[in-house]
Parts: sequence; structure tokens; C-alpha cells
Amino acid sequence: MMSHRGRTLTGWGVVNLLVILYALIPVCWIAALSFKDPSTLTDGNFIPREWTWANYRGIFQTSEFTRALVNSIGIAVIATTIAVVLGTMAAYAVARLRFPGKRVLIGMSLLIAMFPPISLVSPLFNIERVLGIFDTWAGLIIPYMTFSLPLAIYTLSAFFREIPWDLEKAAKMDGATPAQAFRLVIAPLAAPGVVTTAILVFIFCWNDFLFAISLTSTTAARTVPAAIAFFTGSSQFQQPTGSIAAAAVVITVPIVIFVLLFQRRIVAGLTAGAVKG
Amino acid sequence: MSPPAAETEAAAPSAPGRRGELSEGARQERRLGLLLCAPAVVVMVAVTAYPIAYAIYLSLQRYDLRFPDQAHWVGFGNYGAVLTSPFWWQALWVTVLITVVSVAVELVLGMALALVMHRAIFGRGTVRTAVLIPYGIVTVVAAYSWQYAWTPGTGYLAALLPAGSAPLTDQWQAIGLIILAEVWKTTPFMALLLLAGLALVPGETVRAAMVDGATFWQRLWLVILPLMKPAILVALLFRTLDAFRIFDNIYVLTGGSNDTGSVSILGYDNLFTALNLGIGSAISVLIFLCVAAIAFLFIKIFGAAAPGGEPERR
Amino acid sequence: MAEIVLDGITKRYPDGALAVRDFNLTIADGEFVILVGPSGCGKSTTLNMIAGLEDITEGTLRIDGRVVNDRAPKDRDIAMVFQSYALYPHMNVRDNMGFALRLAKVDKAVIRTKVEEAARILDLTQHLDRKPANLSGGQRQRVAMGRAIVRDPKAFLMDEPLSNLDAKLRVQMRTQIAALQRRLGTTTVYVTHDQVEAMTLGDRVVVMRGGLVQQVGTPQHLYDAPVNLFVAGFIGSPGMNFLGATLEQNALRTSLGDLAVDDRLRRLLERQDAPRELIVGIRPEDFEDAALVGERRTGQACTATVDVRESVGSDVYVHFTQEGGPAGITELAELAADSGLADTGMRGHRIVARLDPATRAAEGSPMDLWIDTSRIHVFDPATGANLTHPERAEY
Repeated sequence: MMSHRGRTLTGWGVVNLLVILYALIPVCWIAALSFKDPSTLTDGNFIPREWTWANYRGIFQTSEFTRALVNSIGIAVIATTIAVVLGTMAAYAVARLRFPGKRVLIGMSLLIAMFPPISLVSPLFNIERVLGIFDTWAGLIIPYMTFSLPLAIYTLSAFFREIPWDLEKAAKMDGATPAQAFRLVIAPLAAPGVVTTAILVFIFCWNDFLFAISLTSTTAARTVPAAIAFFTGSSQFQQPTGSIAAAAVVITVPIVIFVLLFQRRIVAGLTAGAVKG
Repeated sequence: MSPPAAETEAAAPSAPGRRGELSEGARQERRLGLLLCAPAVVVMVAVTAYPIAYAIYLSLQRYDLRFPDQAHWVGFGNYGAVLTSPFWWQALWVTVLITVVSVAVELVLGMALALVMHRAIFGRGTVRTAVLIPYGIVTVVAAYSWQYAWTPGTGYLAALLPAGSAPLTDQWQAIGLIILAEVWKTTPFMALLLLAGLALVPGETVRAAMVDGATFWQRLWLVILPLMKPAILVALLFRTLDAFRIFDNIYVLTGGSNDTGSVSILGYDNLFTALNLGIGSAISVLIFLCVAAIAFLFIKIFGAAAPGGEPERR
Repeated sequence: MAEIVLDGITKRYPDGALAVRDFNLTIADGEFVILVGPSGCGKSTTLNMIAGLEDITEGTLRIDGRVVNDRAPKDRDIAMVFQSYALYPHMNVRDNMGFALRLAKVDKAVIRTKVEEAARILDLTQHLDRKPANLSGGQRQRVAMGRAIVRDPKAFLMDEPLSNLDAKLRVQMRTQIAALQRRLGTTTVYVTHDQVEAMTLGDRVVVMRGGLVQQVGTPQHLYDAPVNLFVAGFIGSPGMNFLGATLEQNALRTSLGDLAVDDRLRRLLERQDAPRELIVGIRPEDFEDAALVGERRTGQACTATVDVRESVGSDVYVHFTQEGGPAGITELAELAADSGLADTGMRGHRIVARLDPATRAAEGSPMDLWIDTSRIHVFDPATGANLTHPERAEY
């Protein structure tokens, strides 16, 4: 016979297991697919009957995928860096300084956070062609950093507001110059927030699909999500299922790593900006 | 100016004020504030405000990308064409349906998930980590996973269906599957926002309700949810706007065939398949107006607090 | 160690609000001065101006004879203890305490010695390698103190350093701070809103209200001769009782009966053209159970019905309710709001008397009360000035 406590524990165990299954099954399925031999791809079995690395070897042999991977990483890293730097400056001002137009800035960020990207696709498509940045890294970096700026500003200003600014005063009283106060006291405390924001912005850029297919036309700047959509089988009659699954797994790996390493921070970052209001 | 330098200068004049500064200090603070915000503002304006204005301009022209030289002014002609077209209304109807159903399901499911994460006696960290995976995963990847799962012959889920059924080729079934994919991907985000709201409900208030004899459902309905209202509204606002922009899932799952396309798909198709920049821009502007209307509705009628709007209130 | 001189110090915010108006004070070398007042009275702003954390709008601030208005905090050689302690969360206790010396490029060995010396004084030696998050409230407070004393600065500034501690610890730390200050002999400016702290710690106390200095003096002087209603009500616990009074021929007519006016008081009132309507202030300790007062003491008896009797062992507090009471006086309203009385929701005007524990006073019964009329205060309701002690604040 089970005690009350035992039953409660079992109950929670079942609930937790259900949540974990909910989250993982679609991911496991695409991973399983990527390990299937082409001959068994269409057997409808969840677990591969024959495991193979063939799909991965296949995609890494084509420049179509490797080029896209380089594009994805490069574009996401650069857009993240710029967005975090600009976002840090603006968020610091929002959280710490008094200046006119603060509400305008906040309102504008909110507006952009809600902006439908499709509305920008057609004008940007035309503008970028005129400027000659269509189908280049810059052509994607610009919309990415713009759309991630509100996210960066919200998250960072929420983190900045948490820093006890008495510390800055204390450092001044301890004889620190403004530069020292920032470097020795404020920066170490702000670092976690900046890292968290960088992760969120990176995920955002990494994730985008609409801009990636609209503002590129060749492999010059096409990122992996867009490239996957344009995958073709190695022969005309073959479905690119295995390649798509393998490529999907490759770009999911960094996300899983981030999530595993920074779970707490990501949760804090996601909710920091949104719920306080 | 490198950002750290900007930051350190920020530290200098800003004696963290109760109510402000001597005029000199205040002026400096003002200037610094504007200076720090300027780059972000310039980028945001240049990349959104200008293009949307340009989109409005484009939408008033007849502009076919195959014949760019023949572009000419047609006033509201494109809007007339879009608004009288059954495709627009069909796409709008599909979009609204997907938005309403998926957000409603997400709210209930997300609340349940939030309660699980809030109350679980063990394994909270694991559950939270697991839940972040749908949030973080690339939408296109998830969409392919669902697509293959429902493809007859390939998928484990299709295998469970009666032979001969191809759910992604039927309008209603396909919309259901699109909603399913959308719900799977975004419920965790909803749940995390609600969890943060839940954490703001004072434990003592809930215990007081318990002492007053409220059952679990009464506590949830009469105490917890009313106190979470701001968080719920913000979560709903974010998710509604996000769902209204749905594109990736539909693009991968059905490509918009069999009348399953959203307004975003319609806009994309007009631009890149029909190559009609004028009509495409008119659709872009209409979508923008819809989103603005939804935001207005939430903020003015439901009183959703604009997140991040609180620093001035301190 | 140094003398601090505030000469006509004024703080005006850009929106025109005056936080501090014409603050004049000379703090002697080694003196312990308390700034006290309700929240928003300008005491913290004054402290921040001395620290250099806020600019001075007008006036001159001299530390050790040098004008320091335009000097950054780091060039003033003063240490500060914050209400929130402001310990650096990413540094251990040792690094927190040595931070200022490290910035001043003091030799590492010297820092070590000084930090350990301070830690010994404050009983923190075994916690030196812990982070602030792992310390108790009292320990954190001591680290904040330690951070100030390792520097051996010209002055200590303390901004409500005890307000985050629980009541018992606060009393202990109060004694410790007093002992420490006496031992080090460092000029100290201490901000608090707690008048008990002000009375027990300071050599001199500065009472502030609405940005203006009300009175400066030793704790005893403020207690005996408050210059106005505000200081009278603020200093002392429980606070002074105020009654509306009408000046008659030889008496002050109050709801507690007529209080005789002696020659000294009559002359004082005449000289100052006192109005007929006045406010009388009586401290709780200037009441006594008439049955316990011998014939030898002069004073006056009256009768009142006991509402509540509270015994604290050494004393008995007896509460009476009087109808009316002085109304419409902003200073009194402010005092009531500050002490939380305004929120208790009790109607009528309450009078508190502190009596000898031998009293027979019983709740609900009338009793004879004796009032020490030589110690009553009379205030002008229009200006709030104390007519009994018509002197200007001493500096």
C-alpha cells in the first residue's frame, strides 16, 4: 500500500513526465528521421530500424548547407552583437537616467515588438534592391537587429533596474572614478543580464524564416531555415526528407545547448520585461 | 564612442537622484540619455518607420516587378482590389480562426503548465528546461517535424490514422494541424509569462483563501486569476499579435494550399509569386492596420499595461 | 578627522522644488551630529550633499577648512554607510572592506592588516572570506561599518544605517556605533527618522522639517526647550500631548480644566503679544496620579476618565480621550501622519499620561490627575512657536 506522500510523488512524476514528453517528442522524431537510412525513411516507424550517418554526411558534402550554416552563424552573431550593444546603451538610459522622450522610446519599442514583419518585407525588398544589399549579410542583419532591439531593450532594462544603484554611490564614496565604478562594480553585476539578452536575441535571429526567404535569392546570404525550404533531393525523384531532418537537427543543437546551460537565465530574461508592468 | 566608454560617462553625472539634479547635472543627464538612445532609435525608425511609409507609397501604385518601368499611380485602386478579392477575406478568416483558437488553447494549456511548474514538488528545473525546447527550436524545424509526422507513409502520426487519409491536404484538418503546431511551439512561452505572473501572487493571500475555506478551483478562479490579470493580458497581447503574423508553420505544412493560407502567406505570394509589389504592399499595410487595431483593442479596452512602461512610475 | 561647516547650503531641484533651504551648521571635529525628521524633510539630501553625491545649489561646504563644493566624493576623504549597506555582492567581506584602499593603491599587506584590524573590532574575523549574500543582517551592517572604518576617513556619514535591522539588534548596534564613534573620535553625521536613535546617539541633534532646520541642540535641550510645535511633538516618546486652550485672566482654559498661569509665564506671554487662543503642550511624564503626589509639589489636579491602561512594568501609561483638541494645524497633522496615528482610525483627541506603577487607575473609571504646571509648554497656533521658551535655535 502506498502512503499519501508516495502517491503525491508518483502523481507529480507522471505529470512531469507528460510535460517532458510533450516537449521532446517532436524533437526526437525529427532526430530519429535524420538517422534513418533512405530505404527506411518512409516506413512510418518512430525509431529508426537502421541507424546511419548518411544524411549528415550528405548535407555536409554540399556547399548549399555548409554555406547556409556559415551564413546563419555569421548573421546571427553580428546582428546579436549590434543589437545587444545598442540595446545596452538604450536600456541603461531607460533604467537609469531621466531624460525627455523616454516614454516615446518605450512606446516605439513596443510598437516594433508588435510589428508584423510581412508588412516590412515588400518595402525592404525594394529598398534593399535599390541599395544593393539585397541577398547580402547586411540585408538580413539590418532587419534582424531592428526587430530584436525591443527585446534587447526590455530585457536589459529589466535587468538594469534590478541592480542596486546604491552600489555605484558606495563605489564613489570608496574613491572610485566613474570608470572604476563601472568596471569594478556595475559591469560584473550587469554581465549576466547582457549574456541572457544575447542568448534571447541570438535565438530570435537564428529562428527567422520570413526575412530569410524574402530578402535572399542565392546561397550568398541564405540562412539554414531558408536553405532547408529550398533543399531538393539528390536526384529528381528523391524526397529531401533525410537531408532536411539532418539539417534541422544540426541547427537545433546550439539551441538545446543554450537551453541546457542557461535555463534559469533564459526563463528570467523571457519573463523579466513582460510581467512587471 | 565605444559602449563601455559611454556607460562610464553615464555613471559620472548621474548622482542617482531621488527627484533630479541640479540643472547642470540634469542637463548632462538629459544629453547622455538622448545620446545613448539615439543609435537604437535611429535604427528602429530607419528600418521600420521609413519602410512602412514607403510601403504606403508603393501600395498606391500599380507596380509589377516584371515591368518596373510601367509603375504608375493608382490611388486606392490596390486596396479596392484586395478588399474585394475573396482571397483576402479567406486568408483573413483563416488567420483570425488560427489566432483565436490557438491563443485560447494556449492560455488554458499554458496556465496548466505554469501551475505544474509553480507547484511541482520535484523536477522543476527539468520541466522548465524541457519546456524551453519548443520555445527555442527553429519554427521551420518544428514545422518539418510535424509535416513529416503527418505525411502518409513517412510519419508515425499518419500511421495511426485510417489508411488513405492525408490530413495536410484537407482544409479543416490542415488548419487543425497548423494550430496544433503553433500551440506546441508557443505554449511554453505563454506558460513562462504566466508563471512569472503566478510568482507575483502573494503566497499569503492564497493561504488566506485556503483558511477561508476556498477549494482549489475557487482559489484559482477567485483569487489567483484576478491577481494575475495584468500578466495574463500582457501574455495574451503578445501571443495574439504573434499568432496573427503566422507564416513559418503554414509555409512548411501546407504552403497555403487548400485555402489554409494566412494573410502573411497571401502577402508573400503576391510579392514573390505574382511579383506584384503594389498589391503586396497594400496587403502589408492592411496587415499592419489589423495588428495596430488588435494592439489598440487590448491596451485601451482591456487595459493591458504596456510592458516596460513602468520606469517613470517609480 | 575634521570640522565640517555648512554655510547657507540650499538644494533646489530643476523643477523648482526646494529640498533643503539655507542650512547653517558647524560640526566640530570629532562631534556626533544627528539629522532627524520625517521622510522628505531634506535630511538625506543634506547628507548626500556633504558626501558629494548631490550637487549643492547654493552655499558653501567646508571640510577641514577647504571648500569642497565642486569636489568629487573620492576627493573629500569621507566614508559613508548606506541604509541598504550597498555591499558589493560579487566580492567577499575582505574585498568589500578593502575596496577603497585598493582603489587608493594602498600596499596589499597594509590593506590586509587594516582590514583584519577592523574585522577584529567588529567581530567579523571568521566571516572575512564569505560573500555578503551569506551573512545575516547584523553581519552585513557590520561589514558596511567596517568598510567605512578601514579607511580612517575625515568623517563618517551614515544614512539610516540601522533601519533594516530588527528592533532588538537595532538597539545593540546603536550602542556599538556610539562606542565605536567615541573610540575612534571621528566626526560623524548620522541621518535617521527615529527620534529615539537621535536622542541616544548624538552629541547634538538637528531637527528638520520640509527642508528647513527647525532646531539644533543637545538631546536634553531639544526635550526641555523645543522651539516649536513640530520639535515638541517630534522629540520624546510617547509624544507631547497638545490641547487647545483659551487664555483667561489668570489661567489657561483647557478641556482638562483651568491651568494656572504663573507670573513668569504671564510676563512671557504678555511680552510676546500672545493671542487668546493657544495650544498647550504637556509631556506624558509631566502627569502623575494625584493620589501619589505629595502636598509638597506644586501643580494642578484635574479629573478624567481612563480609556486604556497599559502597564510596562516600570511605568503605567494611561490614555484619555478628549473631545476636540487643536485642529487645522499642519504641523500637528504632519506629526500624526509621521507617527502613523492618522491611520489608527480612532476618533477624538487622545491624551497619554505616564504614571507611577503604584497608580490605582482603572479602565472606565474616573481618576484624579496631577499636572506639573511648571513644565507645560504654550504654543502660538498661528506660527507654532513655543512661547514658553522664546529663544532662537542655538548653533
